[in-house]
Amino acid sequence: MEVTLKVNGASHSLDVPDNALLVEVLRERLGLTGTHVGCDTSQCGACVVHMDGRAVKSCTVLAGQADGADVTTIEGIGTADALHPMQEAFRDCHALQCGFCTPGMIMAAIDLVQTSEDLDEQAVRDGLEGNLCRCTGYHNIVRAVLAARDNM
Amino acid sequence: MAETGTGIGAAVKRKEDARFITGAGRYTDDIDQSGQAYAVFLRSPHARATIGGIDTSGALQVPGVAAVYTGADLAADGIGDLPCGWLVKSKDGSDMIQPPHPPLAVDRVNYVGEPYGIVIADSLQAARDGAEAVAADFDVLPAVVDVATADQGDQLYETVPDNQCYDWELGDKAATDAAFANADHVASLDIVNNRLIPNAMEPRAAVGDYDAASGMYTLYTTSQNPHLERLVLAAFVQVAPESRLRVVSPDVGGGFGSKIFVYAEETAVIWAAGKLRRAVKWRADRSESFLADAHGRDHVTKAELALTSDGTFLGLRVKTIANMGAYLSTFASSVPTYLYGTLMAGQYKTPAIYVEVRAMFTNTAPVDAYRGAGRPEATYVVERLVETAARQLSMDPAEIRRRNFIQPEDFPYATPVALTYDTGDYEASLDKALQHIDYQGFAARRAASEANGNRRGIGFSSYIEACGLAPSQVALSLGAGVGLFESAEVRVNVTGSVTVITGSHSHGQGHETTFAQVVSDRLGIPLEDVEVVHGDTARSDYGLGTYGSRSIAVGGSALIRATDKIIAKGKKIVAHNFETTEDNIDFTDGTFAERESNRSMAFAEVAFAAYVPANFPLDELEPGLSEKAFYDPGNFTYPAGTHICEVEIDGETGVSTIVAFVAVDDFGNVINPMIVEGQVHGGLCQGIGQALLEHGVYDDAGQLVTGSYMDYCMPRADDVPSFTVDTTVTPCTHNPLGVKGCGEAGAIGATAAVMNAVTDALGVKSLPMPATPETVWKALGSAA
Repeated sequence: MEVTLKVNGASHSLDVPDNALLVEVLRERLGLTGTHVGCDTSQCGACVVHMDGRAVKSCTVLAGQADGADVTTIEGIGTADALHPMQEAFRDCHALQCGFCTPGMIMAAIDLVQTSEDLDEQAVRDGLEGNLCRCTGYHNIVRAVLAARDNM
Repeated sequence: MAETGTGIGAAVKRKEDARFITGAGRYTDDIDQSGQAYAVFLRSPHARATIGGIDTSGALQVPGVAAVYTGADLAADGIGDLPCGWLVKSKDGSDMIQPPHPPLAVDRVNYVGEPYGIVIADSLQAARDGAEAVAADFDVLPAVVDVATADQGDQLYETVPDNQCYDWELGDKAATDAAFANADHVASLDIVNNRLIPNAMEPRAAVGDYDAASGMYTLYTTSQNPHLERLVLAAFVQVAPESRLRVVSPDVGGGFGSKIFVYAEETAVIWAAGKLRRAVKWRADRSESFLADAHGRDHVTKAELALTSDGTFLGLRVKTIANMGAYLSTFASSVPTYLYGTLMAGQYKTPAIYVEVRAMFTNTAPVDAYRGAGRPEATYVVERLVETAARQLSMDPAEIRRRNFIQPEDFPYATPVALTYDTGDYEASLDKALQHIDYQGFAARRAASEANGNRRGIGFSSYIEACGLAPSQVALSLGAGVGLFESAEVRVNVTGSVTVITGSHSHGQGHETTFAQVVSDRLGIPLEDVEVVHGDTARSDYGLGTYGSRSIAVGGSALIRATDKIIAKGKKIVAHNFETTEDNIDFTDGTFAERESNRSMAFAEVAFAAYVPANFPLDELEPGLSEKAFYDPGNFTYPAGTHICEVEIDGETGVSTIVAFVAVDDFGNVINPMIVEGQVHGGLCQGIGQALLEHGVYDDAGQLVTGSYMDYCMPRADDVPSFTVDTTVTPCTHNPLGVKGCGEAGAIGATAAVMNAVTDALGVKSLPMPATPETVWKALGSAA
């Protein structure tokens, strides 16, 4: 099937199998390997991207469902020279170790900050419940999200 | 140099983060080779069965399928077994028994998920379709699942009577029996150390490539230890000689032990790449990770502590049955022995200790090192038992520990279980932890919880660990199959920047930053001028990778040795330039200066001079400025500390909430406190996960019941608290940086602290892990 979608501002028209997943299109067709696959079953959150402004787990979105959508991945939110405040906060708070969950965690955290009012520690913990990290114990991730909240 | 803000001791932001936070990390699954094929493994659906036959004809008709190989194909090609690298001997002197472990099962399977074939196709979808079309005929046999009764089940291997791998002992049995005979009190516990599934967030993956023109094999894989991978694939499995096999571990998304080992999958992938003369790629689904990554822990133990009436420890007796799973994974045999029995002294002057460990085979996934590897299990035994003794004697849990601590003046201290601790100050950590937790205020907090219908408990864990497994000479005499040194190379480039090549491997630990800090500090050059290279057998001579919290203690020490050689060579060059002798040259803060003169050369000038040797006396002074070192430690390092956990238990639901967790650790000198704290946080979370959430469960038929994140309860952000982390410092006495290692401490200390707190809250002697709300709720009923 033919899908047309905008990814990080660029439009793409692609012929994909009907059962192709959004994450496969991002990683394999568009070479955007910053979005990771950690569990294939929408339980770990490593694959979170934004679709039309909301966080989705791209391993559980069919490419066809993304037809016409505006998708933003970790590669699209900032650059090394001009980081997104959430990227900056993750670095400054040492909120990442191996880096594998980080793109999904950052994308989920941006969505959380954008859609929450009065975000406190417990709300961050509840809000990131869908994203697994095995390295950090979440301590510094929570600090980073609270720090970024004040700069976004 | 710490005053510059980037040297040893400074909380430098990580160099590697720039790529990780922008999605530019390069993990194995991000690597593609032109024309690559995709692999899917055929895995046993049964815990124990003989393979009657495997019909691959259907698969070969699936469009896009390039090949299907089975265990018989690998065997026919001379591919060897996956070896275990540590030979443990039983009490009677006999060698442990190692059943054959072909990378792909040949005529029988022994655990659910065991690979018996590999389907390779032009696309992943075609490979999956091909795997579906394979018809394998299994004759199912009764499975042996329960480790405690494994010796009564069917014999799994002809060569392994009673399914026993070994029956090992350590310590003085007679002295320990005498201690118990003279004891006023004996505290005893039956302990199950629950099976854990490591679950690094990046699933294992491999891309194998073969270049027919050169005969070179290149394997990109998720390894903590690429040189070991190459050694095993070359020397034992015999895919290719070391000189024609390059193993690259690019960015690796967490390991926690599970990526130390050499697995079937990368073995089959690299072999198949050579067979097909085509790159082959495989990435595990999470279900495969659950089934086929090596699991951790899984001990059943009876432990007893003999005491005097004033709470002085007289003797410790431990009898453990350890699950090896179906095969011996790469380091499995060493975990419940040399990394477990040897830690039974803990922080205490227990004079007599005797440990017996029976290692058993079962029809479950292989069990090997998982963060802490034996030391969490030992800490759990010792610290649960100490807590039990304190309650039995109505002693304060802090006081009973204090009374038995090895004192600062006792070091070096030889324990009755083969280790000699070099240094420590255990009371310093305990005291600091007591302050942080506000121990004085606990009684009031408990009363407040009880007034609300809840329970509150406090639990201690004064753990010790042995890191940087060493020295090679001792380990080799005890059955280790590899040396335990580390290598480092410091290459000073012509313009004065430095490339550091280490045999350690970073998969989250931040070596690109800490190792650069060390070199920048020692050479007096800016941090940004130092680049750290790791994880590629083509770029470093040799290395033993990262496990057992060894990187800074062993790899960092090698780095210091290499850096010292650079400074020595630099002095020679400068002395030649100034027509003086090198003992007349001082090196400080990046400058080589002639003593009692105003002549000096900056580091970069010396580098340039080294590579532009205008008038070197070449028989005395070689051009170039590049040095290597191999460092073999003289002893383990002994990080230790006290963790205190305070829990509140909901009286209605049995939900345990950790209201405070304090960890005070002595890691010796610290290179980067930000990174060290992060390592502690992560370890604590895994330790808490074991205590409250995680459990790898097989049913009686040997089916893994906890095979997904819906069933295996990983700690999530809302399951754990923020932590209070602090340190004390007694520098390690036998390595140049005075460092001990910090990677596993959290996971080693936390579990016992949590369970001591939960049992304290409930007023019960013991509780099985994980202490789920259901388990706790039932205990609430029985304790009421």
